[in-house]
Amino acid sequence: MATIVSLKELSKKEDLFVSGHRMCAGCGAPIIVKMVLLASEYPLVAANATGCLEVSSCISEFTSWKIPWIHNAFENAAATISGVETMFRSLKKQGKIDKDLKFIAFGGDGGTYDIGFQSLSGAMERGHDMLYICYDNGAYMNTGIQRSSATPFGADTTTCPSGDVIPGKLQERKDITKIIAAHGVPYVAQASPSHWADLVKKVKKALEIKGPKFMNILSPCNRGWRSRTDDAILLSRIAVETCYWPLFEIENGITRITMKPKVNKPVVDFLKPQGRFKHMFNPGNEWMLQQAQEGVDRYWQKLLKEEQNSAPSE
Amino acid sequence: MTTTRTVAVTGNESVAEALRQVNPDVSAAYPITPATDIMQRFTAFVSNGVVKTEMILVESEHSAMSACIGASAAGGRVMTATSSQGLALMWEELFIASGLRLPIVMALVNRALSAPINIHGDHSDGMGARDCGWIQLWSENAQEAYDNVIQAFYIAEHMAIRLPVMVCLDGFIISHSIERMEYLDDETVRNFVGDFNLVHPLLDIEHPVSYGPLVLPDYYMEYRRAHADVMSKVRHAVLDAAWDFERMSGRKYGLFESYRLDDAEIGIVVLNSAAGTTKDVIDAFRDRGIKAGLLKPRLFRPFPYEEVGEALKHLKAVCVLDRADAFGASYGPLFMEIASSVVPFKNRPVLINKIYGLGGRDYLPEHAELVLNELVKIEKTGKVKTFKEYIGVRE
Repeated sequence: MATIVSLKELSKKEDLFVSGHRMCAGCGAPIIVKMVLLASEYPLVAANATGCLEVSSCISEFTSWKIPWIHNAFENAAATISGVETMFRSLKKQGKIDKDLKFIAFGGDGGTYDIGFQSLSGAMERGHDMLYICYDNGAYMNTGIQRSSATPFGADTTTCPSGDVIPGKLQERKDITKIIAAHGVPYVAQASPSHWADLVKKVKKALEIKGPKFMNILSPCNRGWRSRTDDAILLSRIAVETCYWPLFEIENGITRITMKPKVNKPVVDFLKPQGRFKHMFNPGNEWMLQQAQEGVDRYWQKLLKEEQNSAPSE
Repeated sequence: MTTTRTVAVTGNESVAEALRQVNPDVSAAYPITPATDIMQRFTAFVSNGVVKTEMILVESEHSAMSACIGASAAGGRVMTATSSQGLALMWEELFIASGLRLPIVMALVNRALSAPINIHGDHSDGMGARDCGWIQLWSENAQEAYDNVIQAFYIAEHMAIRLPVMVCLDGFIISHSIERMEYLDDETVRNFVGDFNLVHPLLDIEHPVSYGPLVLPDYYMEYRRAHADVMSKVRHAVLDAAWDFERMSGRKYGLFESYRLDDAEIGIVVLNSAAGTTKDVIDAFRDRGIKAGLLKPRLFRPFPYEEVGEALKHLKAVCVLDRADAFGASYGPLFMEIASSVVPFKNRPVLINKIYGLGGRDYLPEHAELVLNELVKIEKTGKVKTFKEYIGVRE
């Protein structure tokens, strides 16, 4: 399905996530939320896992959300929205609601990959008509940059600090997007705010599909990544161009890479501007840079193969 | 016109029947012994199309309560059931359900907590959740469990209350035993609970609301005070529900049950199924001319301190039987409520506390006799051997 998205068209729409929130300057999350909400042609109801986005966007009597919004707890945005969606189905069946509503959950990587994983897996398996969006900034940024299973290899966080013996996080990231795809849901995708048209198209597509959908969106965090405050979009672009964060979708089992860089930039281009990877450039840590590059290459090659294998046969 | 049906059913079956008659919009549940049976029966109603309820068969109790919260906030009638570890796993969500003022009804089939793992009845689960801001109604038998579930929706959804309600019944002893009881007809039950009144539903897309904001020290305490204030109104709603229910069913309910208490000199305070056994033994003591009585709390949260204190103040000696212990506290959880209730009275009964029946250990008439004999002795001599001890336990 080809969806044409124009900036002009989007700019005419009403913002549903408005200013006044208390996210840090340069944070990727509010940019993502704004894009996601703008992408929808339907009235939306959102659930939000505890995290940066939640604590900063709805405080006492102030809210940035111009749509119905519920925050329950950290690990259960998926279960919460599944309750909301089920009540909608019940009331619709009873003729008490006639509108077509769509349901979205937002969670950070901690609330999605880790503590919210079971709740998310359950909701995906049960087949609720919902879109779950993970804004992945690669650590527990809200509690002060602790390691999550989304933290990339080598990163220095406050709970896996690079020290004399252990040089940051030694494990690879959990591949949550593929794990959710393995649930057999009709649509999963990865997106990046740098490629806004790609992101908006994916959200539009997801909302047209009935059933559970999942999107993982890279969300730069200058506090945790220790990067410049004005680099969110630049860094998310480099993440895509280095294939650190490939843009792809899996629709009904068919994998499609939505953006293939002409030349894959070396992953050091992504690592270098970020303080969390600084120690990887110290003499003696060359192996870390090598391992990071190998990890990216391996994933990209695998993804290309998956795309090839799922291409319709001639 | 109310018509009734006399049946022989288990406690779980009676709860499932009440839920069928109430016919909620959504339910989310997860299996756990001994509550499983309620949801098995209820999902059969769903599969056979006899209720309109949409079921969410979740992957844990945490998600069960999370989904109930989402569904209730969305705007509709919601219920679930659980026991023991399931309630423990929900713990975080219990506070959120009550903090968001969502009128969810939950049957709690009381069961012991691990470790060691044990599937049988005691009150450790419900007592562990006593301060989570829910209303708790306790039930002696299948009839009371059925009646309490129906009244729970009325109380939870009362426009002056809007709080979740937990209906407690003893695991296995009540949940799996067949008793003779009476069912009301469907129409009577539906008229009694009425239509669900919406309060700021999330699904009202024209009037977007935010549920669950961050509230910092500048306002958090006002939220908590508001919760405490509404708790103080609950007993009026419980009595309203009881009055309407009595007119409809002929069965009388209050904040607690008093049994031969008015002229009693000694008494036992006990929750749930053990009250039945105790009443029989009290009758035997009365036959011997001993003025014994019983008080069985029904509304445990909020606890009606003043009314309970008034009902017990004239007694000489009272034993509070706790089917749960509060480790590290001096006494069991029920004892502490009773002690708080009588403390304003200058002339108040001597109180002792026995811990009984943990993990489904039988509570026998001999235990009630032992306790009453001890109370007789205390009344005569004024001397207390021990203020707290375990009974029915190997030494």
